Amino acid sequence: MKNRKKKHWYDYMWIVSLSYLLLGFFNILFAWLGLLCFFIPLINSAVKGNKAYCNRYCGRGQLFGLLGGTFGLSRRKDIPGWMKSKWFRYGFLIFFLTMFAQMLVNTWLVFAGAESLREAVTLLWTFKLPWHWAYHTRTLTPWVGQFAFGFYSVMLTSTVLGFVTMILYRPRSWCVYCPMGTMTQLICKAKAHE
Amino acid sequence: MERKRRKAFVEQEYCVSCGCCVKECPVSAIQIVKGIMAEIDRQICVGCGKCAKECPASIITIREVVA
Ligand code: SF4
Ligand code: SF4
Ligand code: SF4
Repeated sequence: MKNRKKKHWYDYMWIVSLSYLLLGFFNILFAWLGLLCFFIPLINSAVKGNKAYCNRYCGRGQLFGLLGGTFGLSRRKDIPGWMKSKWFRYGFLIFFLTMFAQMLVNTWLVFAGAESLREAVTLLWTFKLPWHWAYHTRTLTPWVGQFAFGFYSVMLTSTVLGFVTMILYRPRSWCVYCPMGTMTQLICKAKAHE
Repeated sequence: MERKRRKAFVEQEYCVSCGCCVKECPVSAIQIVKGIMAEIDRQICVGCGKCAKECPASIITIREVVA
């Protein structure tokens, strides 16, 4: 029997994902880099009509695979039926995008001077965590910081949700309802109908 | 004589095309078609069940089929 498959450079993208979360703890402005893992998969699917991002490069998926699989932090139970239903997946996507839009509005309000910058990370769209130590450049235009806090909140929230479902179900359960995965799949479906 | 062999089947309607199964397959029998769903080449599949264990949506089953 052939032993383990050959590892590629992209099998180590989990290091990038982990570093991203850690860097945001020290300087929130690193959160801006997260835009890459927003646009790259979307552009890739729109241009190439495949899910190469999920299938190869996504570090977040790998991180869950590693923690849940190799490190065994997963019960390895079947995910409940409703979580893989289209209702839930599309519903979660809509909810996620709505929250994302709200984050952009908050950034806009700070940009327009209607609100002042809040140096906090919002977990699960509800809990405000103090995060002021990660914001050093107060000379910067405040909206740049507001966006960073908002974007990092999105990333941290999805990591926490993914972590919980990793423990409860299978290592990569997050991939079942991950909004990026759902969006790229929808783009691929649209492309295939062209 | 009829021979039964174990082969993997995907419930494609629920596939999220994450590709977790592709990574697991020791004989590269799985492909993600157009980014939409996984497809298994049952000529190649040896029915080891690794993909079924890994699929986060638990939609791969191993069945015995007449080869
Ligand atoms: S579904 Fe989401 S977490 Fe999973 S591989 Fe795709 S983008 Fe990454
Ligand atoms: S059962 Fe084994 S050989 Fe068949 S597709 Fe799954 S991983 Fe590959
Ligand atoms: S692991 Fe499951 S959900 Fe993911 S591509 Fe394979 S069959 Fe589809």
